[in-house]
Amino acid sequence: MSARRVPRDRRTMPLGWDEAADLEKDPALVPDPAEVDVPADLRASIQAAIQRYPEKRSATLPALAAAQRIHGWCSPEAMRQVAAVMQVTPAYLSSIATFYDMLRTEPVGSRYVYVCTSVACHLRDAKTVYDAIAEEAAAQDLQDCQVREFECLGACEMAPMASVDGRYVGPLDVSDAPELVSAVKENRDVLPGRGLEDSDYRPPWQDGGSTAQPPGPPSPPDPSPA
Amino acid sequence: MKETKFLTEKIDEPGLHTMEVYERRGGYRSARKALFDMTQEEVLEQLEASGLRGRGGAGFAMGKKASFMPKGSMEKYLCCNADESEPGTFKDRLLMQKNPHLRLEGIIIGAIAAGATRSFIFIRGEYETQAKILDAAVTEAYEKGYFGEGIFGSDTTLECVVHRGQGAYICGEEMALLDGLEGKRGNPRLKPPFPANQGLYQGPTLINNVETLCNARQIIEKGGEWFASMGTDESTGTKLVSVSGNVTRPGNYEVELGTPAREIIYGLAGGPPDGRSVKCWFPGGSSAPILLEEHLDLPYAFESMAEAGSMLGSGAIIVVDDSQPLVPLALRLAEFYRHESCGKCVPCREGTNWTVKMLERLDQGEGTPMDLDILAGVQQNIIGNCLCVLGDSMAAPIGSMIKHFREEFVQHMEEARHRRNLTEAAYGAGELGASAQAGPA
Repeated sequence: MSARRVPRDRRTMPLGWDEAADLEKDPALVPDPAEVDVPADLRASIQAAIQRYPEKRSATLPALAAAQRIHGWCSPEAMRQVAAVMQVTPAYLSSIATFYDMLRTEPVGSRYVYVCTSVACHLRDAKTVYDAIAEEAAAQDLQDCQVREFECLGACEMAPMASVDGRYVGPLDVSDAPELVSAVKENRDVLPGRGLEDSDYRPPWQDGGSTAQPPGPPSPPDPSPA
Repeated sequence: MKETKFLTEKIDEPGLHTMEVYERRGGYRSARKALFDMTQEEVLEQLEASGLRGRGGAGFAMGKKASFMPKGSMEKYLCCNADESEPGTFKDRLLMQKNPHLRLEGIIIGAIAAGATRSFIFIRGEYETQAKILDAAVTEAYEKGYFGEGIFGSDTTLECVVHRGQGAYICGEEMALLDGLEGKRGNPRLKPPFPANQGLYQGPTLINNVETLCNARQIIEKGGEWFASMGTDESTGTKLVSVSGNVTRPGNYEVELGTPAREIIYGLAGGPPDGRSVKCWFPGGSSAPILLEEHLDLPYAFESMAEAGSMLGSGAIIVVDDSQPLVPLALRLAEFYRHESCGKCVPCREGTNWTVKMLERLDQGEGTPMDLDILAGVQQNIIGNCLCVLGDSMAAPIGSMIKHFREEFVQHMEEARHRRNLTEAAYGAGELGASAQAGPA
């Protein structure tokens, strides 16, 4: 049979759709706790999470998030460790990790820059901001950091915006991209004063922030002196 | 015009997120009142008298929902839905970031009304800062004895757990939220049974939005009648409205329900930038069918939005000005729902996917006018045919866009086709086909 590769839209295909399944292999069982080496802090945080809920499976999300913090992503090894502590199968954890956007099932970097390009940000040209940041990240060879478009992050008043490891910055402009990327690269504070939780954060239209005008055509200069 | 500030009164006060400042401003008085001076029935009565409708999207009366909870000694649960992911909505974020204790007090009151002994706050994973603030607030409340065994020195027990989501819009749907809390994939369940009978861990569960619970405090403090005196007959009280999109002053504004939408968009949010006008607007987040400029004078309330063919939803107004082409907007919207569809029901999973493909085709000049009819038909086949309303949330706005702006869709399609023909004439169809086949990188 000739193997003709069918062109598919990779964005909609689940991870591993084009990898052959190894039918010889037995499915992984619940790991034996004695056989798996789990970092002490990970074990402690998973057990603390299990304690909080009436049922242990509720701790799956916090447990995977904790494992991801330590391993950088939900690697097979990370999932085996979580499975050993929680006493569930790795396949169950894998089903969870592939569902939730913030759990990474590929080693794409332990830090993240999520650029919101959802409806409200889209109306303010977020796509060009994302493109500029992605381009800049490639140009500066940003390592160990995932730069991706993200659905609404819930900060539409500062659109277009991005979340850098949970820190919301905005409103962004194409010209902010180099500074944003180099700050992430050098592990500095990203755009100080323009983060949502910064004490000196003001919306740009209140008192001249660094981008005094929302994106769009520049309005005519104010004739009256300030 | 001015805002009517009750929920957001002095919300910018420094240190409001700490117990000290919050209590100095009279915090937790209502919780004590509900616990010691009122019976469960009286709390329910006040909530019902207030006419408070859920602020998360569905707009169901909160008091009624709480009264559906069965009586009895079984373990009951209260879930606070803080998985605010509806595009355009950011009101809960403000409340959680600036005033986390207000919501905790609301949870205590809600739990008293429902007879719940365990409460969970499902906060979306993207809200890292807010989750940290919330964790700190819950710890403070535990230290003070406001949560745990014997809250406020009474014999009532109430636990509170902050559960962080990991990025799934669908977990904002109440049944999927329960699955997310139980550590499963966030797939909506079949209703009935409704959560009030069989929810979290198969127990009776009351699920309320952050803003709804925040309102509980002032209802207990000032009475349900006071709350009902604001707003319209069917939409009482004030509402925190998130205005975003093409306006000059986007942000959260608290207004009395029934305020004309024009006053919110123009008076508070500054309207579209100079020289532009409102082309259309989403009255309740991206899931609400669009309304036009002629609807701007309608009172902003649950019933009037429904009459106009849309919905108030989560109270997020997204303004689209006349410089925005609608096809890319519709495409972006459809992409969102395709990405967030959990895949459980076929009409939603396939419908969102095909809508994206057809809109892409339209945008790239491969569409025909018939596609618009098929597109409208796809939307019709999604609505009402799924377990939850995620598919409907895409179908309704896109259907309304095609209905109101069909000519623009046709024109966009013709222009794209013309551009494509020119490109093909210049470079040859083969080359274009090859690059189209390679697909996105």
